[in-house]
Amino acid sequence: MREYDIVIIGGGPAGLAAAVSARENGIESILILERDDRLGGILNQCIHNGFGLHTFQEELTGPEYADRYIRQAKQLEIEYKLNTMVMDIRPDRTVTAMNKTDGVFTIRAGAVILAMGCRERARGALNIPGYRPAGIFSAGTAQRLVNIEGYMPGREVVILGSGDIGLIMARRMTLEGAHVKAVAELMPYSGGLKRNIVQCLDDYGIPLKLSHTVVDIKGRERVEGVTLAEVDQNSKPIPGTEEDYPCDTLLLSVGLIPENELSRGMGAVMDPATSGPKVNESLETSIDGVFACGNVLHVHDLVDHVSKEAAAAGRNAAAYVKGSRTVKNGGGKAILLTAASGVRYTVPSTVRPEQMEDSLTVRFRVDNVYRGRCISVYFDQERVSRRKRPVMAPGEMEEIVLTKEQILGCPELETIRITVEDE
Amino acid sequence: MYDIIIIGAGVSGAAAARELSRYEADICVLEKEEDVCCGTSKANSAIVHAGYDAETGSLKAQMNVRGNELMGPLARELDIPFKRTGSLVLCLNEEDMPRLQALYDRGVANGVKDMRILPREEVLRMEPNVTDSVCAALYAPTAGIICPFELNIALAENACVNGVEFRFNTAVEDIVRLDEGYEIRTDNGTFTARCVVNAAGVYADRIHNMVSRNKIHITARRGDYCLLDKDAGRHVGMTIFALPGKNGKGILVTPTIHGNLLIGPTAVDVLDKEAVNTTADGLRQVAEKAQLSVKNIPMKQVITSFAGLRAHEDGDDFIIKEADDAAGFIDCAGIESPGLTSCPAIGERVAQILCDKMGLKKKEHFTAYRKGIVHPAQLDLDERNALIRENPAYGSIVCRCEMITEGEIIDAIRRPLGAKSLDGVKRRTRAGMGRCQSGFCSPTVMNILARECGKSIYDITKSGGGSRIVAGTNKDTL
Repeated sequence: MREYDIVIIGGGPAGLAAAVSARENGIESILILERDDRLGGILNQCIHNGFGLHTFQEELTGPEYADRYIRQAKQLEIEYKLNTMVMDIRPDRTVTAMNKTDGVFTIRAGAVILAMGCRERARGALNIPGYRPAGIFSAGTAQRLVNIEGYMPGREVVILGSGDIGLIMARRMTLEGAHVKAVAELMPYSGGLKRNIVQCLDDYGIPLKLSHTVVDIKGRERVEGVTLAEVDQNSKPIPGTEEDYPCDTLLLSVGLIPENELSRGMGAVMDPATSGPKVNESLETSIDGVFACGNVLHVHDLVDHVSKEAAAAGRNAAAYVKGSRTVKNGGGKAILLTAASGVRYTVPSTVRPEQMEDSLTVRFRVDNVYRGRCISVYFDQERVSRRKRPVMAPGEMEEIVLTKEQILGCPELETIRITVEDE
Repeated sequence: MYDIIIIGAGVSGAAAARELSRYEADICVLEKEEDVCCGTSKANSAIVHAGYDAETGSLKAQMNVRGNELMGPLARELDIPFKRTGSLVLCLNEEDMPRLQALYDRGVANGVKDMRILPREEVLRMEPNVTDSVCAALYAPTAGIICPFELNIALAENACVNGVEFRFNTAVEDIVRLDEGYEIRTDNGTFTARCVVNAAGVYADRIHNMVSRNKIHITARRGDYCLLDKDAGRHVGMTIFALPGKNGKGILVTPTIHGNLLIGPTAVDVLDKEAVNTTADGLRQVAEKAQLSVKNIPMKQVITSFAGLRAHEDGDDFIIKEADDAAGFIDCAGIESPGLTSCPAIGERVAQILCDKMGLKKKEHFTAYRKGIVHPAQLDLDERNALIRENPAYGSIVCRCEMITEGEIIDAIRRPLGAKSLDGVKRRTRAGMGRCQSGFCSPTVMNILARECGKSIYDITKSGGGSRIVAGTNKDTL
């Protein structure tokens, strides 16, 4: 059985950044396993710009952003296998994978970094009634058809869901010659970034219909039209508000789910709020020596955040392999991080003060659109910080930074609570 | 002139074709769709019923019990998965106990073996997720689950290997009686045959009425279903029914043979025989009524919903016989539930009728066994690696949700009556049937189909006809 110090599952932005960081932190033997035929993950089909503003202080396209990391990985001579599907990971970090040339093979890993990314929710997730003709695509599938394969999925398009991929595809389809008639969003706010609403819809005069959903799909062979209706506060369609939109294509951008089949298969404790594994300050899952980062951990808004998080996972995995950590997994006092009112989840969900680096970025999302509110951090009953945020929305990730000094200053600390508060 | 033309390549038509292929005869199946298993056979509960539902003495009861018996050996011959998981009919009120008892008695009279009425405690011990208000249940261990696609496809493939011809995209428009036999006019040519089998599903009345003065009438009865993720697949271990009402067997909750959870169907009579659209009301009913039998169904895990049409004949029974006033015209009509269970018996009966009538002789070489698509996931490590060395396509995963390899997809396309569309590949291999519902794999499957079938990508369809998937190239209208 082959052995590697670190095996990284997935060669997208998270896997690449984790690999580079692990190598920079002194790990020689690293292997990336990638199921696609090239490194870079879903960035390869994101040919629009807007990537890398934080990381590189310039606007890159998805493939350009990926290329920066791919070059680094190649320069650092990090090993990788393409077209390779990981089938199973055991809690003892035995990884079983398969490809055309090696067949089914197993690898023993000193540490594993999970970086499998996420997938799109399908029509069933909203249980949209109607026929099941050709012409219904998830926005990401349509993006792959257009940007990688060069094919138009259709001509007259309605998009359900205003997540970022849906917004980006509204613009892409328009630029490629399709007519995008409307973007409908079930919630009273968009699930995507503000800048995408402006640059992808407003600039092209595409109407965004908030609090609307698809209540019927017509067409037996190919989509012939959809019916949109307004919904009430409980997301139930309001009778009498139905409007028919003749179209040949319906794109769905109704949410992303971390792809955690392997994590669940190995028995990692999962967080129902993120659909990702629960992790501690080291981004280590409940399984010793198994780390997670990127969209498999929680769905991110910007790839820059993914890269940063993945670099931390790479560092921590390196420390684990080198045995340079102060406390072993499961050891040491753990402080609970909790999402209180207005906050959906936090990553990580526990902090071991002895093990944390000098500072720790805690990432989270809010559960609604908030204007002129504050993000407050409580150490048990005591509020330790409060930051005013003019606008917060579920589509944009928030973060706070905790310092080791600050936490070590409170030896009795049990729970750190993050919440949205009035000024 | 053919000896026999079978109209319809659903489970009834395919089962009849397979049974008839044991005999020396020129047989052709005409199917209006581009593939087998495109009507009622593809959208149903995927259950092998024990046989206590149908009225004693009815053809449904006979065919059900016989079909259930035959299913085990048939599944082995055709190499398709089938499990006898058992079923429970729940009684939720003490006052309904006589109805449960009546169902048991009917089962006994129909010849169903090993049934028992279980007390509440035993029901909850066997199925902890059954509703707490259960007071007893009828347990039938001979009930089971099967893959309706694989059953239908395997029957047709085996018939094809044994010499039966299949013509797809061929819709019957009219049938004219000849001095001897029938002339069948379709949108794809005219054919003649000495005998005709009418296995046209919801259209069997229209076909029958083309040749007979004794009219029959079939109502399309729509049922909506929701299919849940495999994570929810072990929510129940058996098929859970409510006590049946007058409109069918109510909403059931069942594991599927491939490990998903299936709930449904509703029962709504529709005029349009192509109306396989789900409705908001139907899907709501499915969710609500399923929860009356089984608690905590994780409705957030629904991955898709679909609707099927049952072919309900006014007489409320199967019609499997030669039409009274049309010699050599054999009906296989009104095949609603338990049609899937009954299909081996239906095939047997149709073959018997025609054999007696036409004096058919058994073939010397009939191939009863069919080898299904090899699923590498079911092989042990050494076998799997040997397969990949021999054909590296088995080392490449295309559908990551169901872990389906390129090798399996190529096999599905190249084998007899192979797949021609995305749905054809999906029904044969499950590629695209998992939790992402073909989001990731459809572009790859399209490319494989185009390559294997020598077609342009623009002609690749979801399910034949006008169901093309891509409309052109980027910027081609600019």
